[in-house]
Amino acid sequence: MADTPAEIVRLDGAEKQFGAVRALAGVDLAIRTSECLGLVGHNGAGKSTLMNILAGTAAPDRGRITIEGRDLTFGYGAASAHRHGIRCVFQELSLCPNLTVAENLRIMHPALSGFGWQRRAGRLITAKLDEIFPGHGISAGEIVGDLSIARRQMVEVARAFTVTEEPLRLVILDEPTSSLDARAAGQLLAFVRQVVAGGASTILISHLLGEILGTADRVMVMRDGKVVDARPAGDFTRNSLVSAMGSVAREEISADFASKRQEGVAQVRAQPLSQGDGRELTAFRGEVVGLAGLSGHGQTELLVRLATEGRASSERYHVAGPVALVAGDRQSDGIFPLWSIARNISVRSLKALSRGLLIDAAREAALADDWRRRINIRTPDVANNILSLSGGNQQKALFARAFGSDAAIVLMDDPLRGVDVGTKQEIYAMIRAEAAEGRTFLWYTTEMDELRHCDHVYVFRNGRIVADLARDALSEEKVLHSSFEEAAS
Amino acid sequence: MTAFVSARLLRSLLPALSLAALLAAIFYLEPRAMSYFGLNLLLNLAVPIALATIAQMFVITVNDLDLSIGAYVGFTACVAATWLKDSPVLGIAVLLGCIALYAAVGALIYLRDLPSIVVTLGMSFVWQGLAVLLLPTPGGHAPGWLLAIMGLRTPFLPFAIFASIGLGFIVHLGLMRSAYGVVLRGAGGNARSVARAGWSMLKIKMTMFALAGLFGALSGLALVGLTTSADANIALRYTLLSIAGVILGGGEFVGGRVSPMGAVIGAATLTLAASFLSFLRLNPDWQIGAQGAILILVLALRLLVTRWERQR
Amino acid sequence: MMRGQLARLARRPWIWSFVAAAVVWAAMEGFTEGQGAGEVLTAALSFATFSVLVGLGQMFVVTLGPGNVDLSIPATMTLAGTIAMKYMDNQDPRIAVGILLALAAGALVGAFNYGLIRALRIPPIIATLSSSFLFLSAAIWYSRGLRIKPPPAFGDFSIGEVLGLPYLTLGAILLSILLHIALNRTIYGRSVIAIGQNPRAARFSGIPVELTRFATYVMCATLAGLSGCLFSAFSGGAALNMGAEYLLASIAVVVIGGTSVAGGFANVPGIWGASLFLFLIVAMLNTYGFGAGIRMILTGLVIIAVIALAGGQKTQR
Repeated sequence: MADTPAEIVRLDGAEKQFGAVRALAGVDLAIRTSECLGLVGHNGAGKSTLMNILAGTAAPDRGRITIEGRDLTFGYGAASAHRHGIRCVFQELSLCPNLTVAENLRIMHPALSGFGWQRRAGRLITAKLDEIFPGHGISAGEIVGDLSIARRQMVEVARAFTVTEEPLRLVILDEPTSSLDARAAGQLLAFVRQVVAGGASTILISHLLGEILGTADRVMVMRDGKVVDARPAGDFTRNSLVSAMGSVAREEISADFASKRQEGVAQVRAQPLSQGDGRELTAFRGEVVGLAGLSGHGQTELLVRLATEGRASSERYHVAGPVALVAGDRQSDGIFPLWSIARNISVRSLKALSRGLLIDAAREAALADDWRRRINIRTPDVANNILSLSGGNQQKALFARAFGSDAAIVLMDDPLRGVDVGTKQEIYAMIRAEAAEGRTFLWYTTEMDELRHCDHVYVFRNGRIVADLARDALSEEKVLHSSFEEAAS
Repeated sequence: MTAFVSARLLRSLLPALSLAALLAAIFYLEPRAMSYFGLNLLLNLAVPIALATIAQMFVITVNDLDLSIGAYVGFTACVAATWLKDSPVLGIAVLLGCIALYAAVGALIYLRDLPSIVVTLGMSFVWQGLAVLLLPTPGGHAPGWLLAIMGLRTPFLPFAIFASIGLGFIVHLGLMRSAYGVVLRGAGGNARSVARAGWSMLKIKMTMFALAGLFGALSGLALVGLTTSADANIALRYTLLSIAGVILGGGEFVGGRVSPMGAVIGAATLTLAASFLSFLRLNPDWQIGAQGAILILVLALRLLVTRWERQR
Repeated sequence: MMRGQLARLARRPWIWSFVAAAVVWAAMEGFTEGQGAGEVLTAALSFATFSVLVGLGQMFVVTLGPGNVDLSIPATMTLAGTIAMKYMDNQDPRIAVGILLALAAGALVGAFNYGLIRALRIPPIIATLSSSFLFLSAAIWYSRGLRIKPPPAFGDFSIGEVLGLPYLTLGAILLSILLHIALNRTIYGRSVIAIGQNPRAARFSGIPVELTRFATYVMCATLAGLSGCLFSAFSGGAALNMGAEYLLASIAVVVIGGTSVAGGFANVPGIWGASLFLFLIVAMLNTYGFGAGIRMILTGLVIIAVIALAGGQKTQR
């Protein structure tokens, strides 16, 4: 009798094309019971497409889908995936904000019907939330629209793990910790190990390599729609994983740190509304100032206020020059989806591009082309629609918009979240170059690594600045310490 | 969390409070209205308007808008005053056909990804044209059973009040508490996820539009039951009244946030507003304008309450 | 998915509306065997002019984004027309100031609309609806039931033509060209289109969102005021119901002309094609001898058919 665990799902030769783009170029995938598969790769590697096919929300152009030994390729869809115990938590939150937590459970679980279904749904979701995220503080009757992003993510995850009729076989988690703070992320990953030990399987997609290496049993690396490497997690190190993805993982240049704090007048001064102790955030010319701390603790609010109120020099927010904001949530804050790449880039610089009343088309095109080269946007033509770019390149276009404008101060709202490593390195270099030219940067980031590029870091907690650290005094431990503890730095 | 509850409670009470305030103002101006007979006169027309408002609410729930409801109610009223009376089987068949047509419009809007404002605009021409063909001049006669229902003499309070409350209650149960109602509303909140979860968006849209067609038809029947005869233009103003009623009742254009009870109360408020104006002995030139002013006033009040609540 | 389709969509709608207009005109001439072809075209252009004037304003409003629409256009037309005619009082020297008053009335209505939308946070559909009630009442009250004729010079100008083209149409074409340039090549035009696509991103890109919206609502109402004033002259006086059909017409020409009702995409030429098309449809049905009922049904079905065939709107977030 063979001791190998049974196969839950098997994909053979999956191919998918979107117009001219080959999202999947022939992928073989097999998931056994009781395993956590880690999936890593660039943006555009095909991970999300692959997961969509597994979850039944996209049909492959070619390929065979086998579930528990049965060929189910024909007519496979979201409903049949659900019936076979396959769930998916996508990167974009998919709750209905006008419904309560319990009602959202019903949307995913049609079995919850009949008299008294609301109470049953409430009990189920609360129990699951307690199991995965003890101390979550969410009530089943709350309307999702009123919850913070982190809590919505928790509900989303709990909903996927809730069992009503069919037993849970496979749960796909696509960047599940992106909206969670460190504590909730840890709780989730621990729960994933529990689930796997209990016989079900999970697929974990994450760009946080530490998460993958710490949680997955097996790791699969994808690039350009194909699987390029698949080994047990223990056979990988962080560096070997990055090099397997085929991108250059350069060491950050740790130049000598020279504080720019004394150079003249502060370009930016900001004091959060709930700051009681008089501390304020300052940034000087050519500085890269980092905003750290758990996500959702006031960093974005501060940046938005600076962007919208700073010029008017209100009491608490002051900027000494034009300001540009690089959005992190590009769909809601950054991209103009009907416009070309060129128009998306030029929109912040329209006055400078005008001659009299009219916008000079030639100058506009030149600006876009110039930045295409400088920031390496991968596109054959800047007159193409912005959505023809991959996510990382769209983010580059947003950077080009800010850099190409007259802004002396650039605010960045966690713009590199979910972006591939290669693009990140390119952007870091650009930021350093621009700062050397005299631009001031305020950089809210949720990744500790990126803080090492900053000259000065302010740690936020509960909407207030609780620590400020110069680069030579910066350490991961101190940042974490301030993010959680009451003690001053 | 309790703060949320009280803010939402207050906002959901606002339509009822506006209604009460309006009622009080009317009684102050015309004490004779504070009787069974008076209330009946005041709120009679609330029933067809409430039905039309509920119909509009279904469409608004899925992020669409129905600019044809007024013309449609007019047409069904004409059908009720002619075929329904003379050959009931034909009449009922036609009305069922209308509901099916409404569902088909919903399907078209979904399948071709069309703006509902324009499609329903076109449909308003169609319904009006049909009504004009059926009844080129005002006429017809309501069937006896319809007159009997609408003229019911209920104890304590007029039939209109019981009918409106009952309507709101039934639709509330169906849309807000039932299992499928949740899916219908969810489609307004996040259509993509609902579709991804395996629910048929096509069925959802068709259901909502069919419900609009059903309640619109009921509105036409109720209207004819009150006015005894019909004409093609009898309910054109219902289009804008129904939209206003949904909004007054706390509903929102996008996001799937609606309230059936609120819609009914909003409809009643608007019905009363017309009477209120005539009691004010307003210069007839300004009657129309005053309706606009009332609408603005109520919405301004809602804003003030929301602001005040946020500051606490 | 959207990329290639966008190019096609951009070209499809407005060419389509012109093609449709031409087809309808041909069908009509087929029936009458070419009699009166020129007159029909001239009449079409005359009436289309008014649809275009209100349609242009409505187009800018609609492009601001979903939910933005101006339902007060008929009331504004009536009010402005009434004020203008009453002031002009059949005297030629008063024409210029009368027109200015009509424009000013329109601008005030637009500012009022915007005030309701911004200060009271009322959705544009309800805001413009409510204000339309108010201003229609104002017009009724101000006119005191009298219908004053336009000054002779003004009246003559409004029905005058050169080489078969009405003066008003020439003026409207000129205005359309100006607004087309404004839409595509000025900061204001870009702002409107940006706001329609993504208001938050527009704000972060330094676009003065509220100022742009204010200007747009004022412009739309001012154009409606101009249209009302001209239409009063054209039809021999300000009638109280003169704007009634132009509400639906303003929305219909915007959409049939290819502007996206979801916002963020507009085009001026399509409005002309759609205006001609709408008028000719009605005229054709009259020619074929159909009664009011059939006329209305067919008009509605044509609007739906055109939209259904053109299909698709920008996917909303």
